[in-house]
Amino acid sequence: MKGLAIRNHRAFASGALFLAFAIFFFVTALQYPAGTAAKMGPGYFPRLLAIVLATIGLVVILSAMKSAAGRETLRAWDIKGLAWITGSVILFGALLFPLGLVGALFVLIMVSSRASPEFTWTGALTNAAVLIVLCLAVFVYGLGLPLPVWPSLLN
Amino acid sequence: MDLFHNLAIGFATAAQPANLLYAFFGCLLGTLIGVLPGLGPLATIAMLLPITYALQPDAALIMLAGIYYGAQYGGSTTAIVVNLPGESSSVVTTIDGYQMAKQGRAGVALSTAAIGSFFAGCVATLALAALAGPLTATALLFGPKEFFALMILGLILASVLSSGPFLEGIGMVVLGMLLSLVGTDLNSGSQRFAFGIPQLFDGLDFVPLAMGIFGFAEIVKNLEQDDKLSVVTQKITNLFPTREDFRRMVPAMLRGTTLGTLLGVLPGGGAVLSSFASYTLEKKLSRHPEQFGKGAIEGVAGPESANNAGAQTSFIPLLTLGVPSNVVMALMVGAMNIHNIHPGPEVMTKNPTLFWGLIASMWVGNLMLLILNLPLVGLWVKLLTIPYRYLFPAIMVFCSIGVYSINSGTFEVYEAAVFCVFGYVLIKLQLPAAPLLLGLVLGPAIEENFRRAMVLSRGDATVLLTSPISASLLAAAAIAIILIMLPTIRARREEALQE
Repeated sequence: MKGLAIRNHRAFASGALFLAFAIFFFVTALQYPAGTAAKMGPGYFPRLLAIVLATIGLVVILSAMKSAAGRETLRAWDIKGLAWITGSVILFGALLFPLGLVGALFVLIMVSSRASPEFTWTGALTNAAVLIVLCLAVFVYGLGLPLPVWPSLLN
Repeated sequence: MDLFHNLAIGFATAAQPANLLYAFFGCLLGTLIGVLPGLGPLATIAMLLPITYALQPDAALIMLAGIYYGAQYGGSTTAIVVNLPGESSSVVTTIDGYQMAKQGRAGVALSTAAIGSFFAGCVATLALAALAGPLTATALLFGPKEFFALMILGLILASVLSSGPFLEGIGMVVLGMLLSLVGTDLNSGSQRFAFGIPQLFDGLDFVPLAMGIFGFAEIVKNLEQDDKLSVVTQKITNLFPTREDFRRMVPAMLRGTTLGTLLGVLPGGGAVLSSFASYTLEKKLSRHPEQFGKGAIEGVAGPESANNAGAQTSFIPLLTLGVPSNVVMALMVGAMNIHNIHPGPEVMTKNPTLFWGLIASMWVGNLMLLILNLPLVGLWVKLLTIPYRYLFPAIMVFCSIGVYSINSGTFEVYEAAVFCVFGYVLIKLQLPAAPLLLGLVLGPAIEENFRRAMVLSRGDATVLLTSPISASLLAAAAIAIILIMLPTIRARREEALQE
């Protein structure tokens, strides 16, 4: 079956993503009453949209397999960079209340700085000091945002 | 004249000291983020949204608008001096602007961009003021089916005009609309797609999603490409264009402004599209097309006027019809909602000072930008020597604090982390994120109007095609789809939109 090979891997994966989301939303929406066109329930519009998205997903998948489709591969992933950045955001969320803003920002800056290939400890530490002072000045004292500044144990 | 009366109200509002200050602050910040590559108006406005909660609504909107059009000025500086678009709308300025800089004409290129932007800003402000009345009057005739059709047209045009394959753009719109359904269904009061998580009952917040995709995931992408900046280190001395320069740039500015003003109003349009279209037009019309890419002044004057005009007139559909035409405008909806203002035809009648104040502030802001940019250009160029490894942690910090401040809770922070991963997937699949956000913002209104229209017609969907206004809007959408599917136009579009 020469005609059915995946030629455009990028488009194929995009179509599959659409299809996966469509199935997820459709199946979940089955719990909600659909009603009729004249008196729609909460489930009517989600099902309609999910069907549209599934159709689009299928067409994108099929056209990625057409013999006329241009060849495209998937791009390489930089899992490390993504992990440092996403991880630093999650740590900020987790540490903000126990450590306070100063501690959480320090962790955020140090961890996210590791994502750069040009990371140096002195550079990151200096940057952390500057940014923490700036944030305290702007957000806490300047704008008066309600942020916990110091560790909760000290309060 | 009504127009002058209204503009007088506007200038009275815009000239209040506090509003002047926030306009200045917005323009300054806009220039700053415009100059810095890798940080766009979208992430900045998203970051500042929670903070505007404490401001007066007119001050908040004036500042946020200043960021958007200010970024158009700043972006051109980076494009000219470093050959790197500070903003996606100044991509084409890199072509001829940087060449001019290499020939020692950086100062002329910068002042051309600034003068063009200022001129375009003035014209666009007038266009905004003149068009607002008639469009609002039209919008007041609209019922649910007309609004439904209008929003469908807007979303389809936005996908047609975004980069990448059209069908994938539409897919992103629909996915965005599905995500917008998370939370409480207003008609029945029941929860949808919330999975018992109380923070989701009010729906997926727009800001963590925008920050995750346009803030955090963008950083991961930027870190992957190690591009060394090559700043043109010559001293920028001569800012004044010669008589010959003026002769060549004025017509380009006029054309760029007209094009930008028109394309900005179009749903899906705005600064980026306008600048690309203008560059193509200038190259077509020029008697010396061979000079383009080698420092043709028209290649700077046209697109730089166009992007600023487009940035400003893209407020028209938002303020009069309540339909955001691009993602930045979608964020403005968020900003207005924070202050309990619902964008649409009522804004002009219910909040005339806000409406006209915002418009007048754009003219004031453009004047400030002209002053900010030309004498201070050396300072902006210095900023570019800050290495990205110091810059991106700063973006991380501001985004994280911004996300937390939405509700003073960490749930939104985790939400942004999830959308960072999702945004990275989109980047790798080259799926456009802008249509997703538009779908997310317009989703609830589309469902609401669709349901209302169906109730009124007792479930008869053909009513969408029998009412003249909705039928012609939907016909326009259908024509756009058919056109985009035609092979020749498809090829031209890919040529025009390639980045």
